[in-house]
Amino acid sequence: MFEWFWNFIDELKFVFGEGRWELIVDGFLNTLKITAGALVVGIVIGILIAAVRSSFDKNKETMKLHGGAGYVILAILNAISKVYLTVIRGTPVVVQLMICYFVVFVSADDGVPVAIFAFGINSGAYVAEIFRAGIMSIDHGQFEAGRSLGFNYFQTMRYIVIPQMFKAVLPTLCNEFIALLKETSVAGYVGVMDLTKSGNIVAGRTFEYFIPLFTVAIIYLVMVMILSSLVGKLERRLRKSER
Amino acid sequence: MNDNALIKVVELKKHYTGGAVKALDGVNCEIQKGEVVVVIGPSGSGKSTFLRSLNLLEIPTGGQILFNGTDITAPKTNINKHRQKMGMVFQHFNLFPNMTVLKNMTCAPVTILKKSKEEAEKKALELLDRVGLKDRADAYPSQLSGGQKQRVAIVRALCMEPEVMLFDEPTSALDPEMVGEVLDVMKNLAEQGMTMIVVTHEMGFAKEVASRVIFMDEGVIAEEGTPDEIFGNPKSERLKSFLGKVLI
Repeated sequence: MFEWFWNFIDELKFVFGEGRWELIVDGFLNTLKITAGALVVGIVIGILIAAVRSSFDKNKETMKLHGGAGYVILAILNAISKVYLTVIRGTPVVVQLMICYFVVFVSADDGVPVAIFAFGINSGAYVAEIFRAGIMSIDHGQFEAGRSLGFNYFQTMRYIVIPQMFKAVLPTLCNEFIALLKETSVAGYVGVMDLTKSGNIVAGRTFEYFIPLFTVAIIYLVMVMILSSLVGKLERRLRKSER
Repeated sequence: MNDNALIKVVELKKHYTGGAVKALDGVNCEIQKGEVVVVIGPSGSGKSTFLRSLNLLEIPTGGQILFNGTDITAPKTNINKHRQKMGMVFQHFNLFPNMTVLKNMTCAPVTILKKSKEEAEKKALELLDRVGLKDRADAYPSQLSGGQKQRVAIVRALCMEPEVMLFDEPTSALDPEMVGEVLDVMKNLAEQGMTMIVVTHEMGFAKEVASRVIFMDEGVIAEEGTPDEIFGNPKSERLKSFLGKVLI
């Protein structure tokens, strides 16, 4: 009666036997490492770029009036940021990854840091635009209230605008993280054994495709579900003040 | 007049688009310590721009503002230091929605004036008590009525112990039955000797509380005087027609 079940177990034993399950675990860990690393790099870059871009947009009128070196520096940084956004968002992530691995870091023997770098730089561009949209969505009155109390520009950002911005962009940010997690599946292009690659290797060795690929798919799905529910929890907690 | 004016405004100008729009076109006035100056005028007359220029939320394109004798429009002036001495209350309250009432009031003193949390909270609760909102200290702004929000906004500014309070149409966004409670708080503040500059359409408040009324029109001060002079004996035609249109 349960023969199909025992057959399935036998199949699993065959596919993941002889230590092949360790490949999947290694791949899973690499995918986690790359995603987490790229996330941190992306958020740091995102905050910096968004800060430059929105400061420039908010202050260019008044700074032009007063002139000075500050305006010139900010204008240059803003121009650099724009070029970065255009190039990164205008080229495929696989190409960027391959350029990083085969051109920029030619002598790298471990692909994982290179992948973290490449995916981080890539994600940073998208995160920057999400943050900028968030900052722009905060009522200008909040900004004026902060300044009128005596906060300087950066304190106003730090204590008043960014906490509100973060709450507003959380769902979009979560979306970007999910996309990032799944995008790392192309890391195999530069010889990194991530989750997708490990599934592929197991399939290649056993000539069994169904089980390894579905295993990989399910692991991705579970990761995304855990991530979404964590962000959902955080969102509900931050939303407390709106009730 | 005397030289120890708290605020002295000289030929203040704010032009947009290269002079095509003149929001302020040469405003001159002096404000002494302890005065309650009410600014009235038709919409578009520049009264809000004037008020916002005083703490540089609008950067003037010409003229000077002397505060305690220092020119705050000079590029070297520390704007943040200056703004700490000038509290501002906005038409739309601008409370921070992600903070409780208490946190709204203490975040600036703790961060900027380096007060201890306990000290700042003690002061904040004292002020809240004075405006009858002590029991709402832990509420979020979204849980307050408009009048309560504006009272919190006033005491939030007071927490920084400013020398002057600026009010930019503080009752214009309120339901009619809530205007009174906010005006009462302001009246109280005036009685305690706070220097206040109030842009408002509440002529009753101007009559009762103001020590001086300024009537602005087309970017300049068209007429100024005591409330009795302005409301009882208006000289210029523009002021007469303005007063004729507003209900007193």
